[in-house]
Formats: sequence, structure tokens, C-alpha cells
Amino acid sequence: MSDHIVPPKVYVGIFLSLMVLTAATVAAAYVNLGQFNIVVALAIATLKATLVVLYFMHARYSPKRTQLVIICAVFWLAHVALTLSDYTTRDHDVAANTQITGQTTRMLRVS
Amino acid sequence: MHRTGELYGQFENLEQQKESAALGMWVFLATEVLFFGGLFMTYTLNRHYYSTAFGVGSNTLDLKLGGANTIILILSSLTMAMSVWASHVGKRKQTTSFLIATLVLGTAFLGVKVIEYKQKFDHHLVPGYHFQIDYRAQHPAPNDDPKEIEAEKEELSKAFAKDPDLNAHAQLYFSLYFGMTGLHALHMIVGAGMLLWLIRQSMIGRFTPTYNTPVEMIGLYWHFVDIVWIYLFPLLYLIDRHQ
Amino acid sequence: MDTPTSTRAATATVYKIPEEHYLNSTYGIRSWLLTTDHKRIALLYLFSVTFFFFVGGIFATMIRIHLMTPQGFLVTPETYNKLFTMHGVAMIFFFLIPSIPAVLGNFLVPLMIGAKDLAFPKINLLSWYIYLIGGSFVLYSFSTGGLDTGWTFYTPLSSVYSNSAVTPAVLGIFINGFSSILTGLNFVVTIHTMRAPGMTWFRLPLFVWAQYATSIIFILGTPVIAITLLLAGLERMFHLGFFNPALGGDPILFQHLFWFYSHPAVYIMILPAMGVISEIIPTFARKPIFGYSFIAGSSIAIAVIGFFVWAHHMFLTGESVYAALAFSFLSYLVAIPSAVKVFNWTSTLYKGSISWDTPMLYALGFIGLFLIGGLTGLFLACLGLDIHIHDTYFVVAHFHYIMVGGAVMGYLGGIHFWWPKISGRLYPEFLARVSAIILFSGFNLTFFPQFLLGYLGMPRRYHSYPPEFQVLNVMSTAGASILALGYLLPMIYLVWSLKYGAVAGPNPWPATGLEWKTDSPPITENFLVTPEVTWEPYDFETRPDLELDHIVAGKLPAPTHGDD
Repeated sequence: MSDHIVPPKVYVGIFLSLMVLTAATVAAAYVNLGQFNIVVALAIATLKATLVVLYFMHARYSPKRTQLVIICAVFWLAHVALTLSDYTTRDHDVAANTQITGQTTRMLRVS
Repeated sequence: MHRTGELYGQFENLEQQKESAALGMWVFLATEVLFFGGLFMTYTLNRHYYSTAFGVGSNTLDLKLGGANTIILILSSLTMAMSVWASHVGKRKQTTSFLIATLVLGTAFLGVKVIEYKQKFDHHLVPGYHFQIDYRAQHPAPNDDPKEIEAEKEELSKAFAKDPDLNAHAQLYFSLYFGMTGLHALHMIVGAGMLLWLIRQSMIGRFTPTYNTPVEMIGLYWHFVDIVWIYLFPLLYLIDRHQ
Repeated sequence: MDTPTSTRAATATVYKIPEEHYLNSTYGIRSWLLTTDHKRIALLYLFSVTFFFFVGGIFATMIRIHLMTPQGFLVTPETYNKLFTMHGVAMIFFFLIPSIPAVLGNFLVPLMIGAKDLAFPKINLLSWYIYLIGGSFVLYSFSTGGLDTGWTFYTPLSSVYSNSAVTPAVLGIFINGFSSILTGLNFVVTIHTMRAPGMTWFRLPLFVWAQYATSIIFILGTPVIAITLLLAGLERMFHLGFFNPALGGDPILFQHLFWFYSHPAVYIMILPAMGVISEIIPTFARKPIFGYSFIAGSSIAIAVIGFFVWAHHMFLTGESVYAALAFSFLSYLVAIPSAVKVFNWTSTLYKGSISWDTPMLYALGFIGLFLIGGLTGLFLACLGLDIHIHDTYFVVAHFHYIMVGGAVMGYLGGIHFWWPKISGRLYPEFLARVSAIILFSGFNLTFFPQFLLGYLGMPRRYHSYPPEFQVLNVMSTAGASILALGYLLPMIYLVWSLKYGAVAGPNPWPATGLEWKTDSPPITENFLVTPEVTWEPYDFETRPDLELDHIVAGKLPAPTHGDD
């Protein structure tokens, strides 16, 4: 953390931007964009998160090692999605081939 | 190691202590990112496979309450950032006031969550033995809007047609809903506890422009909890509002 | 116990135990249970991990006795499932993962970088208590019905159908994960911010690099298994459906999330041991290590690439050829940095002045056994081959070569190497060498036959087997009894040495790290004055303070005994 003091008006500005983006994401949810609804929602959320990290959390004014920690965390989070490399290359749709028998909702014994 | 003033014995000077605290908090937040990450991965797969059920589940959430909570939480991030600023410029009273504001907003958030959870409980939407996605549609309360109930019944019948196992899949949605918002709420409760401590310390004048590390560090934590909600809100509340 | 040929520092000084040091600076149980001194915390961990080693060892003993006959005579099949599960859980989560980081890492990292303690000493103590709490939950699980799901807790067996005490166990492992996370966090921050003046990154001992790489894995991997086990536990308690196909869930998802951590976890277990070896080899070859920056870089490379290979545990779950190919290729890739280390260690030995002290025996044993374990890992990474040897004793032998032949030998080598620093005493050298050789022989007799068994088709986790496998199984059990002796002997003579061992002095080997420039045992603050580092690591050739001319000349007087 550096000694750079961020003036309050920057904070208020960021807050207002976050409010606008929140309204935007709610509005976008009411528009049928098909597959892109999720993309838009995540994009707006990521933009909001970026603003919080850069300004509220002072990442913009932090030493390089802090920025490295942030990048690593984001990269690793995205990396969990490597799991999808298995799911998207399987032949069959797991869900479509699963039928719930409804008979095993009671457990034998739980400890 | 003993402490002299604000300097702990293992450190050479306050600068090193502050650097360590900051790096420590950021690394801790990185672990939290990965912790929530597993949940988000589970969510991603389940939403992809059971999009109908997720849409139905999401539409039972009260968007007004969720939206209000989003505003409350982001506002609390603002007040938290302001308290850090106030401690940086030596305004002790303002530091305390902003911290109290943050705590009040955080508590309001948790209060709204309690209301929402109670609603889910009343509508048999808590995963377990009594889960029933169409309970409310079948057993509307006297003060429920009949048009709303009709719309819900229609939505449900369309959904059941698309997905005969809708009940079980919706239960998955709600397991994730409670899991994710519950874990988030737990983090907020811990944050609230830390804010109480901060307020006390601020009131006794512990924070000065040369030493305000705890305010900054707990501020980082609070902003992180806000970021998690920034993702949870669209992912849980805004899945299928456009039908 | 004198040994005529040893590499003890050849001076005329008669060493005494220092007046005040970290062990006697304060007395009483509270001063230990509420300590924030990293060295005392390291010893607290030493006792705890040794306890869990015993627990895991007892289960291993029962397994090996049971497997002496094809039908198994010792326990029922259900109990057998519990034995291998509890052996795995105790050994992996409560011994192997914490051992070197929490014992040697805690003790040495501040000393090696010239700091007074870790960055967060109270969090360090908290880590130990969290470990104990997690361990208590698991012990409770062991004693109230046991666990029969395999240490891998595959669903829906663990989350729905098992009748054993799964819930307290997953809770215990979940809690224990935070112990690791906090230790990793402490190390990363300490290494970044608390190095002494002059201690640049590339002057750090390789042990510290290894701890840093391990800590990256602690930080980024452990949270994922935490959430995974939490979900599995919640599923079991509240009948949720994340991993239960009957409720629309996906067992493969559990496996992905589980292995996302558990594969890097094996690098948590081996990287610190490699760090120990990187300290021992130059010391007992009297040469700077070959390729310092490559060894440092390879530690980070292993930590990073290790996160990309987890699905090689899932080749037989219906993965597509494309996904399997990618993970197989990456698994081969991750072997390269490990190989770099082995080449560099070997090159360090070349033209070195080699002495056969106990730590060196463990280190050389490590190189050989890790080589076999690592190469057999490549066999397993090969898709065509894995179809036949997956879930057989071949896998069991592979990972025991790495975890026991590698990690445990690294741990024991490190304990011996730094024993003088920790206790101020020398262990009995002759007995220690004999013990190392017993351990090495017992180990190979136990686990080499298991490669053959696996290759011949004996599946793992089976309580009985066809009669033609009996000879190899009996050999393995015989080896296990010798191995057990190899573990018991150090426990006895190390304790013995606390009272009767020769006084070691600051630097008995001598070795080049900062930790050897302070007393044995060190004072609580480690150094009277913060050291300033002006030399390169492993600088055996030009450090005047090490008095190496005596040793290099080949004349090695016996160590002198001091009184307390």
C-alpha cells in the first residue's frame, strides 16, 4: 500500500459508476439476448469488480507485488475453468442421460 | 515477540510491518478467491445443464430486495473507503462515523437476507426433505397477488414440460443459492465483527496518519466481500428475467 | 560416540551449550502452548506430526499383516476398506503435507533469511491449533466407525451411501486445510518482506525457494479442496445433490474439484523435501550447487505446472481422447523441472569432496528412489499404459516411492542435518548411518515387489488376491517390518542424543547458510544483531569463516565433546 491518498470525490465517482452499472445489469437482464445474457452480465460484473479493486482497494496505487498477487488470483480462478475442457469434450450430455429415479432421496444412515 | 508502541518485535520498522500486513491480507484474499471459485465452478456446470430449473429458481428471488442489497453493500464499500481516507488525513471522528455507517449498512444487508431466507423457508424452497418448487403455486398465501400466482403456475407448467425432473434440479439451484449466499453472509458476519473492533479502536484514538493499517486491511476484506456479491447478484437473481 | 571419519568442524574449541537459548528462555507449559516463537512452534508440530505418523503407521502395519495371505485373515473386507482409508488420510493430510513445511520450514525460514521470526507469529501458533482441532475431528471419526471411502472420498459413496463416520472426517480435513493456508501465507509474506539486508532473492538458500513454491500451492490449491469437502459434507448432512446422480448431481465434478487440489498436494509433499536435498548435497560434496537459478526456477515451475495436470487421475472416467491427451502431455511436461533438479544434484556431486554422513545417505537415497518414483509416474501418465495399471499396485508403489522414498527420506535427512541446530547436540553418527541403510533396504523390499504386483494385475484397495500373488505380498510385508525398524531407531537415538549426544557448536558440518552463523540452539530472537549478507549461497570456496582447509585436506579429527 503506498502513501497515495485518494481524494473522496474519486470514491464518490466510482460509487456512482457502480450504481449506473448495477442499473445496467438489471436492465440488460430484461432484454432477451439469448446466449449473450450471461456474457453481458459477467462483463458488467467484472467491470464493477475491477473498479472496486483498482480504486476502493487502491490496487492502482499499490506496489507491483500486490498487483502480482491479484493477477495470480484471477488467473488461477480462471484456471479452475480448465475443468470445462473435460466437460466440453465428452461425447454425451451428462445431464440428458441422467434420469432421477426419485427413490434414493432417503438416506440409509447419515453420520 | 513484544510490541513497542505499534511496532511488533519481529519487524525492523513500521514500514516493513505495514508492507507485511498488506501483502498478508492480499494473499489471504487470493485464497478466498479460490475458495469461492470451487462454488462458482459447481454453479457454472449446473446452470449449463439445468438452465430451465435455474431460471425458475432465480425468478422466485425478490429482485427488489436483491437490488436493494446490492446498493446497500456498494454504499457500504464507499463508506469503508471513506473511513480509510479519513484515517489517512487524521480525521478521527469521521473515521469512526464512516466505520459505524459501514457497520449499519452491513447489518441492514444481513437483515434483508434474513427476510429473503424466511421467504424461502415459507415457500418450501429450502433443500432437504420438504423441498417443492411448486409449493407456493399450489398453496398461495391469502395476501399473494393472484396474477403473480397465475404467471408462476404457467411458468412452472412450461418448465416441467421441458424438464420432468425440475424439482430435483431446482433443488440444486437452491442448494447453490443457500450455499453461496450463506457463505457470503458468513463472511459478512465476520466482517461485521471486525468492524465492531475497529470502531472501538478508532474511538480510543488508535488510528493516526502514521498508523492506520488495521483500517486499511479490514477495508480490503470488506471490499472483497462486496466483490463476491457483485458477482452473486447477477448470477443468482438475473438468470431468466426476460421470459 | 566418536566416529573417526566425520566432517565435523576441525577446531580446538570445546563447545558448550549456550547459556540461554530458545528452549530454556522461558519455562512452563504455558510458555510452550502460548509461544509465538517459530522454533518452539516447529517443535510442537514435530510432536504432532510424529503422533499422526504413528497412527498412519499402525494402519499400514495392519494392512501388511492382513495381506500376507490371499484370503486375508486379519480383518473383514469392510474393516480392510477402513484401514487403507485411514492410513491414507492420516499420512497425507496430517503427516506428509505439514511435515517439512511446518517442522523444518517453521524452524528454518526465519533463520535462513536473517529474520527474528515469521511475519505473523501469532497466526503461526493459530495454524498449529487449527491443525490439532482438525486432527481431533479426524481421530474422532477414526474411533467412531472409521472411514471406508478411500482417502479420495469419491462421491456418491462418501456423500450418500457410506455407513462410516465421513462427516467428522471431512470436517476435520476442511479445518486442517486452513492450517496449511495460514502457514503458506506466513511463509510467502515473510520471504517477501523480512529478508535481511543483502539477502537478495538469488542469495536465498534453495530450501527457502522450495518453501516459497510450496506456499504458492498451499495458498492457491488448498481452498479448493476446502470448498469441495465442505460441499460433500453438506451433501451428506442435508441430502443436497451436487455430486449425487440420483438427484441430478455429478460425481465427476467432485473428482475434478478434489484432484484440482490433490494433485498439486503431491508437489506440496515433495518440493520441501527437494529443498532439503538441495541443502544437504552441496554441504557434503563441499561444492556450490550446480545450476542454482535452474533449481530455484524449477521449484516455481513445478508448483505452477503442477496445477495443470490433475485430470491424469481421471483417465478412466470417460474423459475424451482430447482432454486426456492434453493432461497426459502436461504430466510429461511437469517431469522436466524435476529432472532438471536431479541432473543438477548429480552434477554437484561430480568432482565434489564427498562425505557419507547420515544426511548425505538420506539425500543419495532420495535421489535414487525419487528417480524410480518419478519415472514410474511417467509410465502412469502414458494413456495406453495407464489403462492397464490404473488402480493397481503399480500406482501404490509409484506414489510410495515418491512419498516415502522421497518425501519421508527428505524429512529424515533434514531432521538429521539440522538436529544440531535444533537441539545443540550431535546424534550418534554410526547408529544413524546403520539406521538409514536399514530404512533404505526395508523400503525397497516393501515397495519394489508392489511394482511387480501391479504390473501383474493385482488391483489396489482389495482385501484379498489370487494365490499366485502371495510371494510378492509376503516379501512386501517382510520389508515393511524392516522399514518400521528404520523409523523406530531414529526416534530412539535422537531422543537419546538430547541428553548424551556430543555438543554440536554453531556449525558442525560446516555448512554455508545463515542459520549456521548463530548458536546451536539459537536464542529466541535468532540473531543478536541483524546479519548483513555479502556472500553468494553455497560458497564453500571463498568463505573464510568456514575453516574448510582442514576438511579439504582430508584430515578430520574426531569431534570434541563439551559438557553442558
